[in-house]
This record gives sequence, structure tokens and C-alpha cells, in this order.
Amino acid sequence: MSDRRLLSPFAEKLTIYGLPVLVFALAIGAWEALVRINEIPPYILPAPSLVGQTIITDWGVLSTSLWVTLKITISAILLAIAGGGALAILFAQSKWIERSFFPFAVILQVTPIIAIAPLLLVYLEPTTAVLACAFIVAFFPILSNTALGLASADHNLLDLFALYGAKRWQQLAYLRLPSALPFFLGGVRIGGGLALIGAIAAELSAGTAGQATGLAFRIVEAGYRLNIPRMFAALVLISLTGIAIFLFFSTLSWLLLRRWHDSMRPQEK
Amino acid sequence: MAGPVVTLRAIGKTFTSGTLAIDGLNLDVSEGEFLSFLGPSGCGKSTALRLIAGLIEPTSGTVDWRDGARPEIGFVFQEPTLMPWANVFDNVYLPLRLRHVSRADARGQIEAALSLVGLGDFTSAYPRELSGGMKMRVSIARALVLKPALLLLDEPFAALDEITRLKLNDDVLRIKAELGTTVIFVTHSVYESVYLSTRVVVFAARPGRIVSMIDIAAPMPRTEAFRLSQDYAEYCGQASGALQRAIGLRDSVHGALP
Repeated sequence: MSDRRLLSPFAEKLTIYGLPVLVFALAIGAWEALVRINEIPPYILPAPSLVGQTIITDWGVLSTSLWVTLKITISAILLAIAGGGALAILFAQSKWIERSFFPFAVILQVTPIIAIAPLLLVYLEPTTAVLACAFIVAFFPILSNTALGLASADHNLLDLFALYGAKRWQQLAYLRLPSALPFFLGGVRIGGGLALIGAIAAELSAGTAGQATGLAFRIVEAGYRLNIPRMFAALVLISLTGIAIFLFFSTLSWLLLRRWHDSMRPQEK
Repeated sequence: MAGPVVTLRAIGKTFTSGTLAIDGLNLDVSEGEFLSFLGPSGCGKSTALRLIAGLIEPTSGTVDWRDGARPEIGFVFQEPTLMPWANVFDNVYLPLRLRHVSRADARGQIEAALSLVGLGDFTSAYPRELSGGMKMRVSIARALVLKPALLLLDEPFAALDEITRLKLNDDVLRIKAELGTTVIFVTHSVYESVYLSTRVVVFAARPGRIVSMIDIAAPMPRTEAFRLSQDYAEYCGQASGALQRAIGLRDSVHGALP
């Protein structure tokens, strides 16, 4: 209804994207003003401008750490996608396999990763241990979501496939996998964020032993040296990594589901 | 015609829940017939259809096919049951794809099936872009694409509005005339069953069984004129009476229970 629209399409777009940006800029500005007006020393609370400056001046150290964390997180996500997806498909083949192995997945999920990390660091070389932690936390949501998706195929469609004498692999490829796709992508979005959390948690455990060089290690190390601006700088990079992962998988979901899935379509009012 | 296409003898079906869905069902389906299964809900008419399709196995009794094996069957469900991730073309392609026919080889058959239901221009649309009636047409095109000897429809138009329903009824009759397929149509509408069928099979519930058969002798093709005719009214009265008796049978059984 064009007559009910209060704003022109351009103004509407500007509100949708402009408003959050504006509010965010105001918050940063308030932080900056707070620090400057009260002359808070940087070792208590650095101004955003100083944090930005630190990212640039310390880029050599920070970028190396960022790369380490990024490499581990991405590897963990890829392994979790492969492992969680494959295991879900295996579970879908037989209730007995699912019943036998699902408890293990649950145990891994409910045991806090921060408690498993020190043990893994005993058995594994630090980088591998961090990777294992990130994998463990990312793995479960992908597994359980995909398993749910594979089991959610329309029963009438399953009947139709049976009527046409479909082979098991045809039922999997043409029916169960496409049905599971939205669930799988939901799992990947959760798992992607968790992989970063797992990697950081494991790095914190490993970092105290002085063996890792990821971003979490930089935070711990800068803390020891009371280099508060660098702590903030590393934190910002971790946040940006998380946001990038989220945006990547959200975009991927949108690309794969926009033509057919209700979650990706605006509701007409 | 060399005997019935399929013969059902003393069919019984008990579900794992213990429910006796069908008891002592006997039926011969002749080639070229348009058969309607009419009955109240829970009378086992859908179960009978699924037994014929081979989707479920009878607990007792036999399903015998004239040619020794189940022929090609097209099945239309109560819902359109389309794959939401696939467009109209790929949905209709499914039966052929499962038979390892390449997309290129299948194109002609798919387009023929779609034009038969009047959807030739919608090949690249996705199910959610279509109306309820159009989705049902896609579902019918998919059931027809392998040129089945037997077409089974399980209350296909129950969820559609009256206008769409009448239109689709005419389409089903036209398709039946063009392809000569034997059709079994499950419905709970007296008017629909009389308008479409050459024979109406009336079911009663608890346990599901056949209580009467009504031959509809009116000639094909049938049009709006048949709907307005005295014959139609009489057949409807007859079928309606049989249905009332079928429901009455069940209620009297209920009344006898404490």
C-alpha cells in the first residue's frame, strides 16, 4: 500500500541500515568523550581511538595471532561440517547406530570445553589441542541439526519415493539431504560461532603455558604487561572474526534457501 | 477386457496400534473404470487405496494383479506433496529421475504432462509461488508423467475451494478420457463421486468395509448438463442414502457400547 507508506523507499532503506550505524557511532563517541572528559588513563580504559591506533601500530604482532586463531577456527568449522554431516547421514541409516553413538556426542557436548581443554593439552600438541576443542564445540549443533533435518523429510514424499521404487541413495540424495539443508545451515551458523569460542577458550588454557600464539594468548600476555589498549585491540579483532563468520554463513544460507524456504522470504502484509 | 486389473480378496488390515482399519474387503477393479471410494472419515478408504498402491501390506487376504505384477501406478495425495526446493519442472521430473531418465530425454514427457494439466507455462516456478489448485495440478502432472495404467487419488481436492474443485473435477475427467487410465478416487463428497465415477463404492467405518456399490451409467464425457440432470440428482440421492446407512451402521454399533 503506497498510501500507507510514511517514507520513500530510499528513506526507508536509510532508516534500516543508517539507524543501527548511527546508534553504534553514538555509543563509540560517548565512550571516547567519557574517556577524554574524565581524563581516564589508558591503562584503566583506553579510548576507542587509541584502540584503533593500537590495531594499526601493533598490526605485526596482532595479525600473526589473528591468522593463527583464524586458521584454527576455520579448520575446526570445516572438520565439524564434514564430521557432523557424515555422522548425521550415518545415523539416518539405522536407528541402532544412532542409539549406540548419540550418547557420546551428548557427553562431548554437555561437558564444558574449558574443562576438557587442559586434558587435551596434556595429550596433544598445543595447536592440535586447540583445534580439537574448537571442533568438539562446533560439531554437536551441526550433527544434531542435520540428524533432525534428515529425519524431517515429508512422509508422503517418502511414500512417493517408495512407490517409484527409489533406491536408498536416491532417497538420501533427492529427498533427505535437501530436506535437511535448512536445518544443516542453522547448525552451521551456531557451530561457526561456537568454533571461535572453543578456539579462544582452548587458547586461554594453552596460553598460560606459553605455547600458543593466538589472539587469546595475546590478551593474556598483554594483561600481564598491563598493556590494556592491546587487550582491547585483540578483543576487537576476535569480535570482528566472529561477525565475519556469522555474516558468511548467513549469506550462504540466504543464497541457498532464498528461492524456496519460508525463513528467507519476507511475509507480505 | 481379460478380467479385472486387480482383485482384492478378503483383505484385512490391522495397524500396529491394534486398530482394525479394514476387514473382509473384496473388490474387482476393471480396466478403464473410474471408481470412487466414498465414506465417512476413518472408514479405511484411504487405507484401501494405499494397499492397492503397495505402500502398506495387508494383514490378511490377497491383492492379485492381472498381469502378475503391480503395473505402473500414479498416486496423488491429499496435499500436493511437492518438493519445495525444486521448481515445477523438477518436481514432475522426479519419477523419471528415479528411473534414471536423463533430464534432456525427459523434457518432452514432462512438458506433455504439464500441458495436460494446463501448466505448460509454469515450468520454472517454485511450489510456494503457486496457488493451492496449481500445486495440485503439478501433483497430478507428476502422477501422470510415467503414463500409469492405474491412477490413484486420495481426497486430492478436499482442501480446495468449490470453484477450483469443480474445475479440477472436469480436468480429471478430461485427462481420464485422453489417457484411458483406470482411476480410483477417494472422496467424502457424494456429489464429487457421482459426477466423476462409473462406479461408486460406499465404505462404512469400524471396521472399514464395503457396504454398497452403485453403478453410475450416465455416459462420458460428462459436463455441467449432467450436474443439472434428473439422473444426477437420483444418483446423488442413492449414494447419499447408502452413505447415511453406512454412518447409521456405525452409530448403532456405537450406541450398543456402554
